[in-house]
Amino acid sequence: YSTLVLGEHDNSQLLPSTLSAVTAAKQLGKEVNILLAGSFKDAGAISKQAAAIAGVNRVLVANNAQYEHATPESVSPLLKKCQDKVKATHIIAPSTASGKNILPRTAALLDVSAISDVMKIQSEDTFVRPIYAGNALSTVKSNDPIKVLTIRTTAFDKCADNGGSAEIEDIDGDASEIHTKWISEDTKKSARPELTAANVVVSGGRGLKSSENFKLIEELADELNGAVGASRAAVDAGYVSNDLQVGQTGKIVAPQLYIAVGISGAIQHLAGMKDSKVIVSINKDTEAPIAQVADLILTKDLFEAVPQLTKAIKDSRGK
Amino acid sequence: MKAIVGVKRVIDYAQRIRVKADKTGVETVGVKMSMNPFDEIAVEEALRLKEKGHVKEVVAVTMGPQQNQQILLNAMAMGADRGIHVLTDAPLEPIHVAKLFKKIAETEKPDLFILGKQAIDDDSNQTGQMLAGLLNWPQATNISKVEVEGGKLKITREIDGGLQNLESSLPAVLTADLRLNEPRFATLPNIMKAKKKPTDKKTPEELGVDVNPRIQTIKVDEPPVRQAGKKVETVEELLEGLKKLGVI
Repeated sequence: YSTLVLGEHDNSQLLPSTLSAVTAAKQLGKEVNILLAGSFKDAGAISKQAAAIAGVNRVLVANNAQYEHATPESVSPLLKKCQDKVKATHIIAPSTASGKNILPRTAALLDVSAISDVMKIQSEDTFVRPIYAGNALSTVKSNDPIKVLTIRTTAFDKCADNGGSAEIEDIDGDASEIHTKWISEDTKKSARPELTAANVVVSGGRGLKSSENFKLIEELADELNGAVGASRAAVDAGYVSNDLQVGQTGKIVAPQLYIAVGISGAIQHLAGMKDSKVIVSINKDTEAPIAQVADLILTKDLFEAVPQLTKAIKDSRGK
Repeated sequence: MKAIVGVKRVIDYAQRIRVKADKTGVETVGVKMSMNPFDEIAVEEALRLKEKGHVKEVVAVTMGPQQNQQILLNAMAMGADRGIHVLTDAPLEPIHVAKLFKKIAETEKPDLFILGKQAIDDDSNQTGQMLAGLLNWPQATNISKVEVEGGKLKITREIDGGLQNLESSLPAVLTADLRLNEPRFATLPNIMKAKKKPTDKKTPEELGVDVNPRIQTIKVDEPPVRQAGKKVETVEELLEGLKKLGVI
């Protein structure tokens, strides 16, 4: 019996979310298998990358054009096939847009329930996950023979990407009849890390007052190699596009450092970021509810404080 | 085309969530219940497709206890043509809901399912994907745009870091994300009319679906409370604090 991790990649490199999923898999104390399904130019290179992850036993590689865009219609039947091959008792994927798209479909094909957004593995059948946007934590026990889990990457440290020496094995999936056709993707070609995967997030709220002023947020984020986020109020006011929204109805983030700038901290925003390790609030308003979750509170005009902070960080790096 | 929309009854999004003292769940007594907001968006989209002439009939389906009738009425007051209520007091998991929808699909033969991307109570984000898997239909989750063109769907989905554009054949399962539309409010005359719209009642037994739990809730806890933060006066002090916490 073993675990099967669905590796995430961009068809050339593994993504860091895979390392968090492997950490979760290792906690179950069983053999760890990784499935790489994609359309790889250099299957050898990405397979070796996966095989080098510490603690991985076997890498299954399905290199076929039908897996290029990770459509659930193609990957779910393949996962089912691999589950049978390695007799996996646990199938694990990071709880990303892709993982959430694929794993429930796989669970249905296996006739089992799925458990989303696992934050903690208590035993091989008992898991902790957030409900009500993190306003409560539910401990659940699965009675299914196969557990299908998506894991919150921020809750599992990335394991070492070297030191392993897994076997590599090619696997052929069956040709699936695919009824969806991938047309295009408009992803921000940004040098900044992706919001839900970033170690540092700097978010701006209505206090920024304009779209132009978000430059202050961007400069601070760049200095910290972080991602840029926003409150719903800032999105509704049209300062930034809606894919930056952090909150119950936007993205849920839990970085090492979350800096909330000019954000009052509506419940709906707090639900999206309160699991961050360290929270900083920069806000003139001393009464703002964000202060209830913040570790460090700077009550100062953001237009003065943010550029100062950016500069101070830059200077301290220079030393 | 016929479209089926799923409508779940959940604690209203604006209510404060309180964990029960015995940790068996969250407090629902005396708490306002509403239609899951993502399901409202799904209903709205089906109605818009009907208004554009692509969809002929919109059927709203709810699953749960007697009180769910109100949610079905809300959907019909928005404009759904009729309702199906799968009546059960059993707590349903997404796999059960997906199987019940599949059974309904066998008799209703819809061309399209539009569901909310997730319910704001259990936040599972699974039912649409499971249903598509059970039916072996294409799926498009977290959609922010859909157009019908030449018997196909042109879809925009929200993914990490941006948007994805897909084309899909029919029948299909779609799940609605926040930015797909802004749901309409039901008008008083439409609320009156909704009461006259037909509703079918069925039970999981009649539909032949086993709804025995696969997952057991051991306990529900409050999330850990954060300790009160430290107020700092200057940027220098803030930077020092960040260094002390080891995040810079």
